[in-house]
Amino acid sequence: MELMSLTALELGKKIKGGEVTAIDAVRDALSAIEAKEETLHSYITVDREGALKKAEKTQRGIEAGELTGPLAGVPAAVKDNICTEGLRTTCASKILCNFVPTYTAEAVLNLEKAGVVVLGKTNMDEFAMGSTTETSAFGLTRNPWNPEHVPGGSSGGSCGAVAAGECSFALGSDTGGSIRQPSAFCGVTGLKPTYGTVSRYGLIAYGSSLDQIGPVARDVADCAAILETIASYDRKDSTSVNRAGVSLWGEEGSSGGTGADGYDFTSALTEDVKGLRVGIPRDYLGEGLDKEVERAVFKAAKLLENRGALVETFDLSLVSYAIPAYYVIASAEASSNLARFDGVKYGYRAEEYEGLHNMYKKSRSQGFGPEVKRRIMLGSFVLSSGYYDAYYLKALKTKALIKKAFDRAFAAYDVILAPAAPTTAPRIGESLTDPLKMYLGDIYTISVNLAGLPGISVPCGLDSRGLPIGLQILGDCFQEKKMLRAAYALEKAQAAEGETADAQLENSISPDKPRKDFRMQSSRKCFQYMGLGRRDAVLE
Amino acid sequence: MHRISDETIDYVGILAKLELSPQEREQAKQDMGKMLDYIDLLNELDTEGVEPMSHIFPVNNVFREDVVENGDEHEKTLCNAPARKDNSFMVPKTVE
Repeated sequence: MELMSLTALELGKKIKGGEVTAIDAVRDALSAIEAKEETLHSYITVDREGALKKAEKTQRGIEAGELTGPLAGVPAAVKDNICTEGLRTTCASKILCNFVPTYTAEAVLNLEKAGVVVLGKTNMDEFAMGSTTETSAFGLTRNPWNPEHVPGGSSGGSCGAVAAGECSFALGSDTGGSIRQPSAFCGVTGLKPTYGTVSRYGLIAYGSSLDQIGPVARDVADCAAILETIASYDRKDSTSVNRAGVSLWGEEGSSGGTGADGYDFTSALTEDVKGLRVGIPRDYLGEGLDKEVERAVFKAAKLLENRGALVETFDLSLVSYAIPAYYVIASAEASSNLARFDGVKYGYRAEEYEGLHNMYKKSRSQGFGPEVKRRIMLGSFVLSSGYYDAYYLKALKTKALIKKAFDRAFAAYDVILAPAAPTTAPRIGESLTDPLKMYLGDIYTISVNLAGLPGISVPCGLDSRGLPIGLQILGDCFQEKKMLRAAYALEKAQAAEGETADAQLENSISPDKPRKDFRMQSSRKCFQYMGLGRRDAVLE
Repeated sequence: MHRISDETIDYVGILAKLELSPQEREQAKQDMGKMLDYIDLLNELDTEGVEPMSHIFPVNNVFREDVVENGDEHEKTLCNAPARKDNSFMVPKTVE
């Protein structure tokens, strides 16, 4: 299993150098899956034979010099709302329990072209509606750091699988924080790109104006390399943006601010943050924010400041309106998108019914879970005549104001630094009793989707219970590079800090040793520390 | 406080094509009422003269010539059908 303790780029390098093969890598991933799935349940479907076969073919391609990319031969997991031809794709819903796509999503095709081997499909909240991965019709996923806690959601399976070393990296999707929040809860790095950057072709739609596919990985460099691989202009997605030098706003060749700024995300991986303007929204702090999370975020801010970044707090405004606006817009789009599941062409059909309409109703009522039904009904209501203006249009106007607030913020700052979630991972069963309370947990992530912005979630410590804390770095639209530069610099600063702390720890003979800064091991070896009794899995 | 009437929830059921059990119906009335109370927070905002924003970027239709680009996939597609007859999806009789 030791290959699964490497970052994707490190593994890719070893495979390229002939030290190990793509087959070794897939075998390591499969044996980690074998050992951990019974407890964690990160996957809905594991494609053992398919992955091994693919690995053999990929290895031949690498040896023949046909596959030369940095991720060739690396095994990855894909969230189960992203279509994979011939491999069951369920959205964690009974209504798609037997659905086998006839085509592969563009993002996955891009991975396959680069020689990435797909291991299987990861668990999620049903139709990505939820923040805990507890609403899956296939059973919940457990947090690898502590199986009594949720991994977050909706991409909880993807983030848990990366944290547990059940794959080298994974794809998730983010409609209201579904990559960034579970990444924070699982101590991994997850990135939501600017809307339009990664093709949504083959992503089963939830809220089409908000959905983006993005990478979940062990560090910032991996995220940049994966994004570089999956991002592409795609005619099959009418909202896809061609970032290759074209300015959206008609200003030819404009650089910075509004230009589309290309696809070479790994070029941004430099540690230089001198003069980088970092804003922390004051309205994200205080009430509702766990003190330990707040401290960890400020500690990270200090690290950036020590490296020359200019950090200050500011008022973002409108923060409390993001969640209600989001639930109106996302539910409205969901009610429309999920109308296609009717038991006619694919998926679940009720066994007993009387006539066509009753068949639709029964299939949908038996096929969808409670949270999905709740959002479809709310969405149908806010779009219905008589309520459309009061709710749906009002939400779209609010979205415009929120976008303006971010425009103002990014006029003053290069990036925004914020917590990813108000708390660390809640215990299993705590969240679903009160849906509204669960929705409020998405307060720091949701506005980013409304404004179409890119965001990356980076681990920044552990709380007193030993659960990971994550922060977000947000960029203006198409400013992934600034965001990646800040995240990369932070990660390096954390590693340096960790080494210092480690040295101090070794010199210390006190029995109540300070907690090791987890970051120094986390990015690649966090699963060693997960209370699964599997510390023997990887030897230092 | 939003009170969702039986008529409203029945109407929503029709729009959403969902059949709710009596318990689900009561729960749905409560849940939707609570959510709408919360969403009413938006009424605090003055949005007079604000243009509703459905997309962040200018989005245009993407057109192409109407020619077949993929091959014949009808067999693959029909494999997912809950019920089929020959080369068609089979559904309950709709016209008497």
